[in-house]
Amino acid sequence: MQQSAKIERQPGFLPRSDFQKLLDGIVQSGYQLLGPVVKDGAIQLMQISDVTQLAKGLTNEQQPGHYRLQQTAGERLFDWNHGPQGLKPLCFAPHEVLWVEQKDPLSFTTRLPDVKPTAVLGVRGCDLSALAIQDRHFLHAAGADPHYRQRRERLLLIGIDCAHSAESCFCASTGDGPSVNQAVDIGLSELDDGFLVWSGSDQGEAVLQRLDLATAQTQQLEQMEGQTEQAAREQQRQLPKPEELIRLYQRLEHAHWQQVADRCLGCGNCTAVCPTCFCYDTQHEVSLDGLSAQNVRQWDSCFSASHSSMGAFKVRGNILSRYRQWLTHKLAGWQEQQGRIGCTGCGRCITWCPVGIDLTKEADAILWEGSLDE
Amino acid sequence: MATDKPKLAVHKFSSCDGCQLALLNLGEPLLALPGLVDIVHFAEAGPNSPDQPVDISLVEGSVSTPEDIQRIQQVRQNSKLLVSIGACATSGGLQALANFANRHEWMASIYTDPENIEVLNSSDPISKHVKVDLQIQGCPVNSAQVIGALRDLLSGVAPRPEVHSVCMECKRKGVICTMVTKGEPCMGPVTLAGCGALCPAAGRGCYGCYGPAEQLNDRSIAERFEQLGLDAQAVLRRFRFIANSAAGFKTASEGLRGDTDG
Repeated sequence: MQQSAKIERQPGFLPRSDFQKLLDGIVQSGYQLLGPVVKDGAIQLMQISDVTQLAKGLTNEQQPGHYRLQQTAGERLFDWNHGPQGLKPLCFAPHEVLWVEQKDPLSFTTRLPDVKPTAVLGVRGCDLSALAIQDRHFLHAAGADPHYRQRRERLLLIGIDCAHSAESCFCASTGDGPSVNQAVDIGLSELDDGFLVWSGSDQGEAVLQRLDLATAQTQQLEQMEGQTEQAAREQQRQLPKPEELIRLYQRLEHAHWQQVADRCLGCGNCTAVCPTCFCYDTQHEVSLDGLSAQNVRQWDSCFSASHSSMGAFKVRGNILSRYRQWLTHKLAGWQEQQGRIGCTGCGRCITWCPVGIDLTKEADAILWEGSLDE
Repeated sequence: MATDKPKLAVHKFSSCDGCQLALLNLGEPLLALPGLVDIVHFAEAGPNSPDQPVDISLVEGSVSTPEDIQRIQQVRQNSKLLVSIGACATSGGLQALANFANRHEWMASIYTDPENIEVLNSSDPISKHVKVDLQIQGCPVNSAQVIGALRDLLSGVAPRPEVHSVCMECKRKGVICTMVTKGEPCMGPVTLAGCGALCPAAGRGCYGCYGPAEQLNDRSIAERFEQLGLDAQAVLRRFRFIANSAAGFKTASEGLRGDTDG
């Protein structure tokens, strides 16, 4: 729904045996290449140069509080959906020094990150939508964040359609997947014998110029569409429509909030893995001699006391009020602030919640169960 | 030599000295310390004048003997500010496990002359006996947190307390969740940050050394641990470990099923 305008694709075909040429083309174009590899039992973005490093022949089991990679019989490189992080850490660093100061003579210096042009291989629709949301937050004209911008401007995005959905995925209901309908530099759709490849920017086109792409056959285009339709059909979860979600504000006293709070650990994992959550905290770290200091920003969470501390007073002093803040802001408040809901259906908050709390089920229960006055 | 620098003391009570060692392990930043304060007492490092009045006392260890009580009261009288550091000083430490057992029976079964051992009935946090101005949790403490707090106190500002869970440290560092990917029970979600997610970063669940997180939903995580295959006693022992007598963990373990014979 949010991504109603379909990006026009005019893909060429790259045989599976030639996929290394795409990677070489990216590296030769001057990018460090981050690709999906298996590390510590999960898909993670790591620097790669060779196709053999990729997560080949693997799928992922993602359920509430549960993530496992499993071998498939196939050769596909992108049969899994995603790991615990999307693009967020690449632009909005989890921990970084923003500026440093010296006492004598008094000086303040911005510390901008030194970032190489970075290509990211295998970005999903949900994460591309999430990046667009983060862009709106961090790059809005009134106060663009120089640290975020420094990293963001150096990204080359290589998107990939999802041919399958994990059990916790619900991007079809938010309109953010499973196919890549967002702006990318290069788009990919994986077929059995190779890849449909298209460019979405001059930078992407420059990389593809290095390849000798064959013309895509009608049958291949049909397979591409069939796969993403199948992936959408596989999805077992869905989020209510934005105009329904806005009614969460009429349900702030619903009894179900307490039921969630009884299970919620207040640990903040959901916000840390959420590709759109943007809250941070800054701290002034003074050197022991008191002569210099640095201002450090790190990911915060609305589940932490720091998020609503006003001096000695905590506005949200318990887990119930924090979960309610997260859910109502993400699904209702964002609509007013950002023009859309803050969820792109990736399902990470469900998978990576240690106790498996399911955002779609909680939203449903609060919207549809019981009366308003409960 | 008299100077107008603030005076600092580091006192030890019932403890393993690990928090003092954590301070000594700081390395280079520690060299700046004598330029800022007169370290009048820090036996582990050399200076040994326990009875001098000071501006700040760092106190390691729990109170577990009648003599400890007298000594901590003296330290309190001699200190403008008293900071308790580490699991022992803030919650009674690992040795507080004896609080859950009959220590006199135990001693009688181990020592030939238990009457020669004079101990209290419990291993107590410093705050049980004297007013404490600041507590820094951890086993051992994160020395950067201690030095940061010292810097703040010397500047006359209140140190900011750590409020996040260990999970936030894992996620910021890109450490993969052991509970979600391996089904390994982990205390991280209910444990206060500060260690830098030391154990999860090494691929295993958190032990809870740093004590209870700011919000503690012990029932929910205990239920999850049981779903992951821990029996009731194993769940209980997750809470009854290094920070066993920290308020939240103590209450949690007392509310759980499981064998409590210690």
